[in-house]
Amino acid sequence: MIRVDNLSRRFGSITAVDGIEFEVHKGQVLGFLGPNGAGKSTAMKMLTCFLEPDGGTAAVCGYDIRKDPVNVRKSIGYLAETAPAYGEMTVGSFLHFICDARAISGARRKQALDRVVPMCSIGSVYHQTIETLSKGYKRRVGLAQALIHDPQVLILDEPTDGLDPNQKHEVRSLINRMASEKCIIVSTHILEEVEAICSRAIIIARGRILADSTPQELKDQYQCSLDEVFQRITSAKTAAQGLQESRV
Amino acid sequence: MNGFRAVFKRELKGYFVTPVAYVFLVIFLFFAGYLTFRDGFYEMRQADLRIFFGNLPLLFVFMVPSTAMRLWSEERKSGSIELLLTLPITVVQAVWGKFFAAWAFLGIALLLTFPLPLTVYYLGNPDTGLIVLGYLGSLLTAGSFLAIGSFFSALSKNQVISFILSVVTCAVLVYAGMPTTLNYLSGVLPAGMLAMVERMSFLTHFESVHKGVLEFKDMAYFVILIIGWMWACTIILDEKKAN
Repeated sequence: MIRVDNLSRRFGSITAVDGIEFEVHKGQVLGFLGPNGAGKSTAMKMLTCFLEPDGGTAAVCGYDIRKDPVNVRKSIGYLAETAPAYGEMTVGSFLHFICDARAISGARRKQALDRVVPMCSIGSVYHQTIETLSKGYKRRVGLAQALIHDPQVLILDEPTDGLDPNQKHEVRSLINRMASEKCIIVSTHILEEVEAICSRAIIIARGRILADSTPQELKDQYQCSLDEVFQRITSAKTAAQGLQESRV
Repeated sequence: MNGFRAVFKRELKGYFVTPVAYVFLVIFLFFAGYLTFRDGFYEMRQADLRIFFGNLPLLFVFMVPSTAMRLWSEERKSGSIELLLTLPITVVQAVWGKFFAAWAFLGIALLLTFPLPLTVYYLGNPDTGLIVLGYLGSLLTAGSFLAIGSFFSALSKNQVISFILSVVTCAVLVYAGMPTTLNYLSGVLPAGMLAMVERMSFLTHFESVHKGVLEFKDMAYFVILIIGWMWACTIILDEKKAN
C-alpha cells in the first residue's frame, strides 16, 4: 500500500532524508524509530505530500506522491507531530470543517462523527474550543481528524506524545484494533510502544535506514532489550559516519 | 472545488467567532462616517457620495492589511498549515478560498455603510449608477489591497512585518497617483515615465470608476493586480510552507 523508492530531501546543506526505501502492506503497523532529527518527520511530511522530495518518489495506494498528491491525501489520515488544529474553533466545528474538506456530507457525515467521537473519547469536549483543551485532548482531536474518513493508510507522528499513561494505553489499543484492516506508520522514540503495537520496526538515523525488521527479531539478533538494540545501532552508525566524514 | 468551498466557509465563519470581525467593523464604519462628515458631507449640499468614496482608498490602506496580515502568517506560525495542506486541498484552492472569504468580509463591511446612500436618497435624487460604480470601485480596490496583503502574509510568519510591508506597498500605489506626488515627480521624471507612474496608481483607476466611467482598462488593472499578487502568493507559499 505504501512503496517508498529512494526518497530524499535536503534542507540547505543538511540531508534530512537520504535515499530511504521500504514497503508497507495492509495489516502491518510500521514503527519508525530514530533519535531526534533523524528524518522521521521529514519522511512522513513527504509521504503526506506536505513537502516535496528532492529525489526519489513514493506511492500510496497506487497514487504517486509527485504526480497525484490530492488522491494521496484522500487516502491518508495524518496526525502531525504538533497535532495542529484551529484553536479558535470548537471540536465539533473543526470536525465539520474536515468533513467539508474531505467531501463527507449528509448521512455519511453523521455516521463518521458518531463513529469517531466515541472512538477517540472526545464527546465530553465536543462543544469546547480547541485552544482551551489539554494537550492530551488536542492530540485526540487530531487523531479523530485523521480517522474521520476511515482511511486505508494512517500516518501518525508521535501519536502518544504528551498523553498520560491511561491515554497512551487507550491510543495503543485503538491502533491495535485498527491494525488488521489498515496500513499504519507510527513514529516514536518510546521503545515500549514499538513492542506494544508494531509488527515491524525501521530504525532511522541521519536520514538513512539502519535496520528493518520485527521488534522480536531485532531483540533475538542482538540478544538484548529493544532499548539497547536502539542505542547500539544508532550510536555505532552515527559514530562510524562521523569518523568517515571527518576523514573526508 | 470542495477544498475551495471548505476553506472559504471556515474562514468567513472564523471572522465572526472571534472579536476580530466586530472590532474591524466598528472601527471601519466609524472612520468611514467620520471622514465623510469631516470633509463636509452636508455642507456640500449635493446628494452624492463623492466624499465618502474619495476617502475609502486611504482608509483601506490601513484597514485591508489588518484583515490580510493574519491570513497566512498565523497559519504558518501555529503550524496549522500542515493540517490544511495535508487535507485534499491544493495550495491554489486554499489561497483563493482565503482570499475570497476575506474579500466577502470586506464586502460585508462595505454593505454596512448603507445608511450613507440611504441618507442621500432621503435628501435628494442621487445618480444610482454612480453609487453602484462607487461601490464596485471600492470593492475592487479592497480586493487589490487584499491580494497585496495576502502576498506579504505568506512571506512572513510575523504578522506585524506583513502588516507594515503591505501598508507601505498599498500606500505607495495610492500616493503615486496623488496630484502632489505627480507635481513633484514632473520636475524629476520625463513625461513618459510620469504617465506610467500615474497609470500604475490605484487612484487614477479608482477615480475614473467612481466618476461613472466603467472602462475595460480600469477593470483590467484591478483584475491583473489581484491575479498577479495572488499568483506570487501561491508561489511563495509553496516554497515556504514547511519552513
